[in-house]
Amino acid sequence: MAEKKKIRVLAAKPGLDGHDRGVKVVASALMDAGMEVIYTGLRQSPSQIVEAAIQEDVDVIAMSILSGAHDYLFPKVMDLLAEKDIRDILVIGGGIIPDEDIPALKASGIAEIFGPGTTTGDIIQYIRDQKSV
Amino acid sequence: MSDQNGGKSLEQALKKWSEQVEQKIKKRPERKAEFVNTSGIPVKRVYTPLDLSYSDYLSDIGLPGDYPFTRGVQPTMYRGRYWTMRQYAGFASAAESNKRYRFLLDQGQTGLSVAFDLPTQIGYDSDHEMALGEVGKVGVAIDSVKDMEILFHKIPLDQVSTSMTINAPAAILLAMYVVVAEQQGVPIEKLRGTIQNDILKEYSSRGTYIFPPKPSMRIITDIFSFCAREIPLWNTISISGYHIREAGSTAVQEVAFTLANGIAYVQAALDAGLDVDSFGPRLSFFFNAHLDFLEEVAKFRAIRRLWADIMAKRFKAQNPKSMMVRFHTQTAGCTLTAQQPKNNIVRVAFQALAAVLGGTQSLHTNSMDEALCLPSEEAVQIALRTQQLIAYESGVADTVDPLGGSYFMETLTQEIYERAKAYIDKIDEMGGAVEAIEKGYIQREIQDSAYTYQREIEKEERIVVGLNRFQTQEERPGHLLRVDPSVQKEQAESLKKLKAERDNEKVKQSLSTLQKAAQGGDNLMPFILEAVRSYATLGEICDLLRGIFGEYQQVSTLGN
Repeated sequence: MAEKKKIRVLAAKPGLDGHDRGVKVVASALMDAGMEVIYTGLRQSPSQIVEAAIQEDVDVIAMSILSGAHDYLFPKVMDLLAEKDIRDILVIGGGIIPDEDIPALKASGIAEIFGPGTTTGDIIQYIRDQKSV
Repeated sequence: MSDQNGGKSLEQALKKWSEQVEQKIKKRPERKAEFVNTSGIPVKRVYTPLDLSYSDYLSDIGLPGDYPFTRGVQPTMYRGRYWTMRQYAGFASAAESNKRYRFLLDQGQTGLSVAFDLPTQIGYDSDHEMALGEVGKVGVAIDSVKDMEILFHKIPLDQVSTSMTINAPAAILLAMYVVVAEQQGVPIEKLRGTIQNDILKEYSSRGTYIFPPKPSMRIITDIFSFCAREIPLWNTISISGYHIREAGSTAVQEVAFTLANGIAYVQAALDAGLDVDSFGPRLSFFFNAHLDFLEEVAKFRAIRRLWADIMAKRFKAQNPKSMMVRFHTQTAGCTLTAQQPKNNIVRVAFQALAAVLGGTQSLHTNSMDEALCLPSEEAVQIALRTQQLIAYESGVADTVDPLGGSYFMETLTQEIYERAKAYIDKIDEMGGAVEAIEKGYIQREIQDSAYTYQREIEKEERIVVGLNRFQTQEERPGHLLRVDPSVQKEQAESLKKLKAERDNEKVKQSLSTLQKAAQGGDNLMPFILEAVRSYATLGEICDLLRGIFGEYQQVSTLGN
């Protein structure tokens, strides 16, 4: 039997925020857990992120924002994915995101938000649960 | 160094004591098999005079205010006056931030510290496409000197010192500050304050770069030489370890990478023909106060000694002021938890105390709610009160370097000094900090430490109270401070108005002379000042310079 296909993840930093400690730690943990991770680097516009997700044929987009711009940038990514009729990519987010903002982000299609204190183990488990074939 | 008289008998006594303890802990083991601090330095059970390894007290430690300044940069330290209590603040519009500054000054704060939003820090006007969603979020939006006039409305610039966290466009924001001072009738040689102006740590740790290293270093040395002539009291740079630490480095790495960046700036200025003592005294520093209390105090002491060494021996500075590390400290934002946020008040208090015992010149204490959102007014007040409690109630400010002479403190200071020095030697071998960053070495070192730290938390080898132990069920606090999204629209409208009302011919002219200067080799500061005076916007000036200098592309450091 062929080896099970590895889960491919795009780790992305939308907007101008330069805090990349979290995204790099999560990316390293996902790699150690056997996933393939492509990291966009800083300062990506929503359309750059969607382009990269298509190019790299990923299963998951994991975005991190600590600047407070999540309320604009996360839904923007979801709009662009919808415009291209892409519905099978799991999109998750993390960073400094107030609890009261989470319902609106989920309504826009973000599957889950992981705030400060989340373990990388929780994120790995969540992705596996959602994407296990 | 060993105690001349008692050394031998102490050695014997210690040997005997250790044997007895080893017997005891066979029955009742210590909490851990090995005690190691965050920098990987082993911590022994006890320290005695036998551990002191400095070669000569006066040349390695000395007295406060004397080379190598291990014990502090002034002879009287806080007996003379307390550190400057300086809370980093700024959000939304210039008018909103002006209100917060005046609140803080009313509360007894003694200096201002301006936080700019990300578009300002990266040189975009508020109506730029990349600014969407970011305007006014992490700081105040400044598009032109018009906004700066509002920001400092009714704040006399000859009576406050102002620190501005601005890096890639530091020259432009400094120029705006100077123009506001001129409007207030304040002679610019009286201005006191700091621009961060530290681009190298932006490449490695903080992310708000614009131009590549070479033109960035030119702008920085232009600022050094302009300020030496025109604004002698201004701190022309704040060489920052804070963000290196926040990005995940250890204490030793924070010292080494910051001072390696410092070496690169000094070398660039020397290469541009400046005299080391013309700009050396105006270099300032910015460090993190993290959790490991004694390690942090030792870190500050080691930094002073190491930089004094570097300036005196490597760069042959003559003026003692060129050798002194004067530094700002901020408590470690990355140690704040979203869980049980009131615990953060206590974390911040310990960290602030470490900064004071380490001899800081100014201090920002974080607010308890910063892992959740922008700090509320109440949280900021508690943070400021924490500093006032340390100053006025704890008594620690009444003698200089009170932990100096502790066997452990002196041993740890020496250890950090040596380990940081070894890192700097390695960076020198690579060709210096710029090369080490371009190779991704520094970024990789930092991210490896960050990953190790996170794994330690997840394996519960590192306990975070309220997070991986002593958890409680809790409601997250409501009423978080939010930035009104209309700020973006208002800024965009004022920009439109500005561009309609200003003398656009004058703007064009000032920008075209700036362009010629940037293409040539003249000091850019006078030209940037002219452009700012003509009400050219930050985005216009940065776009012009982007066209000439290009933009920095981040090095990829993840994976193999």
